[in-house]
Amino acid sequence: MAENDYKIITENLVLQYSDGTESLKNITLNIPRHAISVLFGPAGGGKSTYLRVLNRLNDLASVNEMSGRAILFTKDGQPLNLLHPDIDITALRRRVGMVFARPVVLPMSIKENLTYGLQVAGERNRSRLNQAVERSLTQAALWDEVKDRLDDPAVDLSGGQQQRLCIARSLALEPEVLLLDEPTSGLDPISTGKVEASLQELKKDYTIILVPHSVQQAARTADYAAFFLQGELVEYAVGHEMFTKPKNQRTADYIEGRFG
Amino acid sequence: MSTISPRETLDRAIDELLAQLVEQSAMVEKAITDAVQALNEQNIEHAKLIYVADRQINKKHFEIEENVITLIATQQPMARDLRLLAAILEVTTELERMGDYGKGIARIVVRIGSEDLLPPIRHIQPMAKVCVDLLHRAIQAFVERDAETARILPGEDDKVDDYFNTVYRELMDQMISSPGSVDQANHLLWVAHNLERVADRVTNVCERIVFVVTGEMLEMDRTDDEWYADEPW
Amino acid sequence: MSTRKSPQRRKRTQQIGFFMLRMVAIIAVLPIIAIMAYIVYQGASALSWEFITGYPSDGMRSGGIWPAIVGTFFLTMLCAIVVTPLGIGAAIYLSEYAPDNRWTQSIRIAIINLAGIPSVVYGLFGLGLFVIFLNFGISILAGALTLAIMTLPVIITTTEEALRAVPQSFRVVSTSVGATQWQTIRRIVLPQALPGILTGVILGLERAAGETAPILFTAAVFFLPRLPSSILDPTMALPYHLYVISTQVPGMEPQIQYGTALVLLIFVLGLNLLATVIRSRARARRQW
Repeated sequence: MAENDYKIITENLVLQYSDGTESLKNITLNIPRHAISVLFGPAGGGKSTYLRVLNRLNDLASVNEMSGRAILFTKDGQPLNLLHPDIDITALRRRVGMVFARPVVLPMSIKENLTYGLQVAGERNRSRLNQAVERSLTQAALWDEVKDRLDDPAVDLSGGQQQRLCIARSLALEPEVLLLDEPTSGLDPISTGKVEASLQELKKDYTIILVPHSVQQAARTADYAAFFLQGELVEYAVGHEMFTKPKNQRTADYIEGRFG
Repeated sequence: MSTISPRETLDRAIDELLAQLVEQSAMVEKAITDAVQALNEQNIEHAKLIYVADRQINKKHFEIEENVITLIATQQPMARDLRLLAAILEVTTELERMGDYGKGIARIVVRIGSEDLLPPIRHIQPMAKVCVDLLHRAIQAFVERDAETARILPGEDDKVDDYFNTVYRELMDQMISSPGSVDQANHLLWVAHNLERVADRVTNVCERIVFVVTGEMLEMDRTDDEWYADEPW
Repeated sequence: MSTRKSPQRRKRTQQIGFFMLRMVAIIAVLPIIAIMAYIVYQGASALSWEFITGYPSDGMRSGGIWPAIVGTFFLTMLCAIVVTPLGIGAAIYLSEYAPDNRWTQSIRIAIINLAGIPSVVYGLFGLGLFVIFLNFGISILAGALTLAIMTLPVIITTTEEALRAVPQSFRVVSTSVGATQWQTIRRIVLPQALPGILTGVILGLERAAGETAPILFTAAVFFLPRLPSSILDPTMALPYHLYVISTQVPGMEPQIQYGTALVLLIFVLGLNLLATVIRSRARARRQW
């Protein structure tokens, strides 16, 4: 596969936080388009750090070193250097959306939560905003449940609904990549199932990178899987192969629950 | 109060399952050995006991199946554990079939009754001994996850084939020279066929062992010494 | 081990404990209630429309206190105009933008220290800087600026607290959808912190309104025949007026003194009530 058949390529990516915590040691990993790539492994392995390189959210923390190559190929095929110091960060964050572990809804109505990102980007057109609201809620499988109460405070929704709202919030900006960091860790099994099901739908239009909260979730959802251990990428494989016949001893041990 | 990790629980459960598999295998080995012995001695009473014993083999089979399924549901095993459990399911089924072959031989003892046994009978017991030995070593290799042994055992299947060919030829000659013996000759051929099938199934068990250890699905052809990996269609 | 007596004894001990705590709470509140009751009792009779809107006469012994009320109002207003943007702005900078280094820490320490300086020292400082050096003279301007400096640390501290109370996760989410830091502050942090900030401002101003020492040297005068016409004019003020009529005027009717105190009290308590209402309404409507 040529480089630009992938959505994101990272080569020899190194990152070191100033306080010495979780870093990345020489990660070379390619993310295919329109698929769910799962990054799994024990805590502190570098998965969240890797995600935050992709939307430069780690700029909020102090970083000693960030080097290597990380390129995002946009919808029009243009390469975008993710590590460039002068990159348009706000534009990047609209292109690469992120959903966090605990659903955090902004203290506004459901509708306002969804239009917030567009409004800070400068969108004022009422009908475009409304369209974005309906589209993103539908994609997040939440439209039917909230279409009659869009002006209610978002905080009134259940945990599972709030998390889908967070997904919709990212989708409202029409990103190309969706990053999800343990998105269902606070949810009950039914909500978890709904979120996983919507990811399967979403991958047709987006590229999805998921950090799962359990090996089982990783096995259920991964089209491709990458095992991170202490900042290194230990193994990368097609999803079902990773969880039935992993090649590396440490990977097998982790998957089987022998550590972590 | 000390807590047991899920990993330990799974390990213990797997050890128990393997012990049950060994039990089932021992029952099968006994069934075949006893059946062939009963044939030699033309002991119909002993033969009938083997029918009863076969029910125990089947019961064990269901027990093992149920335990494996429960384990999969409750422990969500992955990778090597998953392959092992899938293989245990296969092997217990193979053992159950082998038990049926033993029962088949016992049935023939009853059919032949007290007729004088034809000469080729002398090959049957040695043949059975080889088969039982192969089975025993295969199950041992399975429990120990010994892929090396698993790869070479199918080669020894040749000995069984030789016995079968010998019995086949002798029985053919027998049937040609004295047509009245066709009935018993057929029965004895069936016995030899059953023993040969036992050896076949042992080869399947060996394939499973390699799968558990390496994740590869091999086909080990018993007619050649070569084995080759599954080819895509 | 005794079984039957023990639970009874424990219950008794708990009852005694609660009783003592209740007593202590009542004792703590008692003086406040006593003061208010006394002032109301003594001064209520002085309250009348003429008292509030009239001018003092007969050397303060009778008439009204309207100029003092107006003066306090102007002083507080001007102080508010100065201190609110400054204080909130400084707090936003310290809380949202300033890096966490020694420099920022020393600024914070300085602010805390400022809050502890006695109000009379502020008055002296205001005298030196605004009245004399900048030549504003004894004026509303000088007084308000002095009050502003005195109130500044309080405003900064309470505003910072209100800003910090807004969950960090909001800021992270806002950033992750592509908002700049200022957009995040303007659209989410400030609006959510507003009730807390408002409460802090009101309480700060309330203190400014009631202080005598800072305006003693900088703005207040004993008597003014007319209301002040510009901010460079000196003015009468309630706290100072109360001080004067209680100590400097012989033959003063206690009624008028308490009446003045009552007006001041009502003003301060009114502001308190406002702050409380804002705070509780905000808490009820809070979406986090």
